[in-house]
Amino acid sequence: MIEIENVTRRYGTTTVVDGVSLSIPVGGVTALVGANGAGKSTLLSIIGRILRPDAGTVRVDGLDVAATPGATLARRLSILRQENQVAVRITVRELVEFGRFPHSGGRLTREDVAHVNRAIEYLQLEPYADRPLDRLSGGQRQLAFIAMVLCQDTGYMLLDEPLNNLDMRHSAQTMGLIRQMAQDLGKTIIVVIHDINFAACHADRIVAMKDGRIVADGAPREIVTPETIKAVFGIDVPVHEVDGRPLAMYFA
Amino acid sequence: MVAEARQGLRGGWPTASKLTGWARKLEGRTLAGAALALLVVTAFCSLFIGVSNVTPLDVLRLDNSDHQTRVFIESRVPRLAAILLAGSAMSVAGLVMQTLVRNRFVAPSTAGTVSSASLGLVVATIWFGSASIFLKMSIAVLFAMAGTLLFLALVQRMKHTDIIVVPLVGIMFGGVVQAAATFLAFKYDLLQSLNAWINGDFSGTLRGRYELLYLVGGLTGVTYLFANRFTLVGMGRDFAVNLGVHYERVLYGGLCLVSLVSAVVVVVVGSIPFLGLVVPNVVTMTMGDNVRRVLPATAISGALFVLVCDILSRTIRYPYEVPVGSIVGVGGGVVFIFLVLRSRSFGS
Repeated sequence: MIEIENVTRRYGTTTVVDGVSLSIPVGGVTALVGANGAGKSTLLSIIGRILRPDAGTVRVDGLDVAATPGATLARRLSILRQENQVAVRITVRELVEFGRFPHSGGRLTREDVAHVNRAIEYLQLEPYADRPLDRLSGGQRQLAFIAMVLCQDTGYMLLDEPLNNLDMRHSAQTMGLIRQMAQDLGKTIIVVIHDINFAACHADRIVAMKDGRIVADGAPREIVTPETIKAVFGIDVPVHEVDGRPLAMYFA
Repeated sequence: MVAEARQGLRGGWPTASKLTGWARKLEGRTLAGAALALLVVTAFCSLFIGVSNVTPLDVLRLDNSDHQTRVFIESRVPRLAAILLAGSAMSVAGLVMQTLVRNRFVAPSTAGTVSSASLGLVVATIWFGSASIFLKMSIAVLFAMAGTLLFLALVQRMKHTDIIVVPLVGIMFGGVVQAAATFLAFKYDLLQSLNAWINGDFSGTLRGRYELLYLVGGLTGVTYLFANRFTLVGMGRDFAVNLGVHYERVLYGGLCLVSLVSAVVVVVVGSIPFLGLVVPNVVTMTMGDNVRRVLPATAISGALFVLVCDILSRTIRYPYEVPVGSIVGVGGGVVFIFLVLRSRSFGS
């Protein structure tokens, strides 16, 4: 269970996250949606203790994120930001092995190696396992980083815009995997996402933010309505039912 | 659809890629092994190169009153030890620095670390002239640390953080610090000492005057223990924090380690230009950037490079010696220009 209480974060005079309270129970995929600058990524970074809030607390399984030792937290919660270093020449396997760092401090045990192999297998990265990251396509690299956080073997996974710069195929593949990890492996996943249709399609719950506050929170069917989209994104968008799912037609 | 896409991704020749993976691993190990063997042979030869004619037979006689044996024990062995320790430590320090700063061209000699250490030594000699070598060295370490942090602060304020511009700023910054050192040294009649610190040279290495270098040998060992953390910090703050690494502590601790190694080497042998820049770059170019994996090869190659340069410095104008710094400078400079051109043409 993740409990967020009255979290506020300012950059200079701008308040990016404004007194947000939210609780996320164990299990399922929660999508954070909103316009650019709504505070989604900042909130995610605060949950993942990459940023400190100016006020408020975040607790993960009762542990205060700001006060818990980094290594302890790294075994319960992982966060993958969108800007990942690609100039570093390490192989996919080496990257995935770093996911075991919180568990073994870098000396891989037999069990660690098994985790690494399973993560690589799960994301079907075997053909690229020994290839350096800088020689992968954007989509493959994204999967490699997801394999690393999967290998970290945490109950909670926070993913910041994992579909950024991915083409249709890789976007669908990545979202499918996220869904699958929540279902098969029992992960609790929070994902920041731009495309409300991807959120509607793959998330169990959508939390919509605007100007640093939560403006809507519910199941996809409750959120993907012309009224809510207008409130969150400020545009008029028709919503159609396609194959039993709501689909926002914002393309035209 | 997802399953289909994943199937499509699989593609290619898994066995072939697995094979190249093994080849890479094997290649890395073979290279390191070959370098180590070469180092041992060269090290052995170096013991018998010099003005005094010492042969292995002289040493085997084990006669302490014998001139040859004394040259061997007092000069040749210390010199070899100093070369191996300084060469490997400076290369590893360069590896750590380029990883932490996330710029391949930032090394102790291009970040003002070395110049600041020599300024610290001048200051220490002027105001604490009678103090022990340890106190002087500590002051040099503080200066090296302060200079490095000042350079980092400068870089963080720069709008244009091009991979080449950053080390160029560092070289200019080092030049300014060096000028200050030269001015002080000139004023207080210390130019000769300053020269010894600026131009690395092993000809003065004698028993009793190089033992401080064992400290940097120990520090290189410490570096290996933290190798994974350095790689993780080099992947960026968010990445390191996610894995429970204390980012600031590792970053500044690592830079402290680099400053300490640089200062000790400057005190004992003087600065060896380009060493911390060229060796880690050549090694990581072939073996990748995983610090733990490349550190042994970097240490071995660094020691070998300095040893070969030192042998050249002893033989090129026999019976006189050319400072080893000049030889390393010429060789390293050429490699450095090649590396810069290469990084440009690959548009990194």
